[in-house]
Amino acid sequence: MDALGLHRLHFAFTITYHYLFPQLTMGLGLFIVIFKVMAYRRGDAVAADAARFWSKVFGLNFAMGVATGVPMEFQFGAGWSRFSEAAGGVIGQTLAMEGLFAFFLESSFLYLLLFGEKKMSPRAHLGVAVLVFAGSWLSGWFIIVTNAFMQHPVGYTLADDGTIILTDLFAYLTNPWAFWQYLHTMLGSVITAAFVVASISAFYLLSGKHLEHAKKCLGVAVVVGAAATVLVAFPAGDAQAKMVAKHQPVTFAAMEGHFHTEDGAGLVMIGQPNMETLTLDNPIIVPRFLSIMTHQRWDTRIEGLTSFDRSTWPDNVPLLYYAYHVMVGLGTMFMALMGLSLLLLWRKRLFSARPVLWALMLALPLPYVANTAGWLTAELGRQPWIIHGLMRTRDGSTLEVSSGNVLFTLLGYMGLYTVLSALFLVLAMRIIARGPSAAPERPPAEPARGG
Amino acid sequence: MTLEVVWFCLAGLALAVYVVLDGFDLGVGIIHRLVARSPDERRLTQASIGPVWDGNEVWLLAAGGTLFLAFPKLYAIGIGGFYLPVQLLLWLYIGRALGIEMKHHAIGGPVWAELWDTIFAASSLAIALFLGVALGNVVRGVSFDPGGRFFAPLWTDLSPASERVGILDGYTVLVGVTAACGLALHGSLWLTDRTRGPVAERSASLSRRLFVASAALAALTTAATLWVQPLALAAVRERPVVLAFPVAAAAALAVCRFEMAKGRARRAFLASSAFLACMFASAAASLYPHLLPAARGAGGLTIETASASRYALGVGLIWYIPGLVLTAGYFFRNYRRLPASLSTSDLEAHHD
Repeated sequence: MDALGLHRLHFAFTITYHYLFPQLTMGLGLFIVIFKVMAYRRGDAVAADAARFWSKVFGLNFAMGVATGVPMEFQFGAGWSRFSEAAGGVIGQTLAMEGLFAFFLESSFLYLLLFGEKKMSPRAHLGVAVLVFAGSWLSGWFIIVTNAFMQHPVGYTLADDGTIILTDLFAYLTNPWAFWQYLHTMLGSVITAAFVVASISAFYLLSGKHLEHAKKCLGVAVVVGAAATVLVAFPAGDAQAKMVAKHQPVTFAAMEGHFHTEDGAGLVMIGQPNMETLTLDNPIIVPRFLSIMTHQRWDTRIEGLTSFDRSTWPDNVPLLYYAYHVMVGLGTMFMALMGLSLLLLWRKRLFSARPVLWALMLALPLPYVANTAGWLTAELGRQPWIIHGLMRTRDGSTLEVSSGNVLFTLLGYMGLYTVLSALFLVLAMRIIARGPSAAPERPPAEPARGG
Repeated sequence: MTLEVVWFCLAGLALAVYVVLDGFDLGVGIIHRLVARSPDERRLTQASIGPVWDGNEVWLLAAGGTLFLAFPKLYAIGIGGFYLPVQLLLWLYIGRALGIEMKHHAIGGPVWAELWDTIFAASSLAIALFLGVALGNVVRGVSFDPGGRFFAPLWTDLSPASERVGILDGYTVLVGVTAACGLALHGSLWLTDRTRGPVAERSASLSRRLFVASAALAALTTAATLWVQPLALAAVRERPVVLAFPVAAAAALAVCRFEMAKGRARRAFLASSAFLACMFASAAASLYPHLLPAARGAGGLTIETASASRYALGVGLIWYIPGLVLTAGYFFRNYRRLPASLSTSDLEAHHD
């Protein structure tokens, strides 16, 4: 593989692995705030335990996010120095903001969230939980704005030497693309957290352990999860797809497996893109539905992939198509499972419905798959551009680094992250095996008095 | 004062704060196996940095983000050119975080704790050496190609006067050793101040030895810098005010030794902080207006050639300064909450 391909794989691997953690951190931050509010408002001791238990999971997960996130700050320069040089004057703003406004906030208050409960008033400790939550969601906003600029650049002008110059910070920060992408991404992260909470609670219920705790957690997870699985598709996903259709019509055609321009285009449910014949093999298509979904009209023309110059096609159409369909398919499944669980919860039958509890328990990895597939869709869909319409991916990489060096560090990250995964799983299983406890957590080595 | 100069100072400030703050917890990592011998003592040394080390490390990210914002060309060409050491350094940071966090989890037992203590110590030492070598590389400069870029090999002929310089040479290794020694001193003063009992006593006695080594190495490095980087000598000649920084560093070092002798560890630690900050500022001031000079002289990236647009620099200040004030608020708050000093009897019996 050439250096460019390896640079791409390197970034894809490190960012994909990294994002396994923040997606749970951000969603779980919301759950912790919900549990803490329940505990504070109603004096609900079970909710207080739940907040403590999930804070432990949060802490471990957060540490993994930091360990794998610190390298990301430097991968732009390492692998993509020509991109960084051209666009740093714009995207450097949000990456620096993330450090100043999000990372400092999180790192300053996480320790108090985990270990400060005994020394603080309940109100102050709730405040700490809100700050940590706000920090993680702010972090998400800065990253989405950065990515949105690469998808749909705004607030800039192009210098003669190809440097991209920021002209309007406000326009950059309020990129209309970022708004829907943020909502969609954050709801995706809430769904991951909802399934993680539901899955572990289902495990406790099926095992007959920590029943009060598990019921409380599962109830909240199902209510939040049912809402999020609907909202992530409509309005968030729907609006985002319409933006892609408007601003990245080539990407849209490739995602949908729509090869030939058609008035009243059908929506592909399944099928296999055939890049030799440029058709879809073995398709199941809902007639006219793509036009209806995208333009609310049954006869609107939708340009097919073959109507565009091939040099502007995403370079891996099948992978893009499958990633998108995996995301949508899983999203639909999540809606059904959470909807059914909500119905049973309302009928007060969820906690004894073993098949549904089993389904919830087994669903744990699926939101991770869906979130990953969603990001693959966004990033593969943007190809061949690193900044849509402005800079090609092949013009953004670091030329000075040889392919051997990239491969070496890629393998290094793979090895290191394998070790991290093993340690994470051992520790996570230990937290789950111990279950919630009523006592506030003490740090491993903290003064008993003092402070 | 132009916007470029303001951002040069802000980036320098973020890096200096990083050196001072993460410096002491790296230093604690380097020496903790020497000054803390029993498991309880090891828990004590880690408890002294437990609530703050993670936040300290964030300054590195903040500094990276600041350079990206203000001097994107430096960030791009610099990190791309130092590709291998940057990735190795990032792995060391991951290893160090594991060293701190893993000790209390999972298997347990004395060997398990010792294993992660050792990883913590080794990665702290390696990071301190790396950071010093990195600073040495920036001061000495790199061999740019005609296109204004570079890729630094790990070593060439180990001479800073080489046609094509490598990352490791006599000079950069000297700076690395100086940095490791200086941070070890910094960490030993932190432990002297923040603990009581045998750990504090051993740290105090170690700090006296580290002081002698640090002072000698700092003098040697300063002399070597004047020899290796002609810009430094030129800076002294053209802008004698630059001398204020090394003079202040020397004064801080003298104060540090005086306070150590008086047994006032807090003041000695603050003096050591001032020493590190002034040494870093000396390097930055002697290179100014260069951000990354060319080895042996003219050329390289300056604050003018590497900076982002006027607008980006101006509008960035509007949020950066309040962000900095906010951050200073969190840090003052967190450091004030730390117990003045800890002893092993303060630690709760460890229940795993």
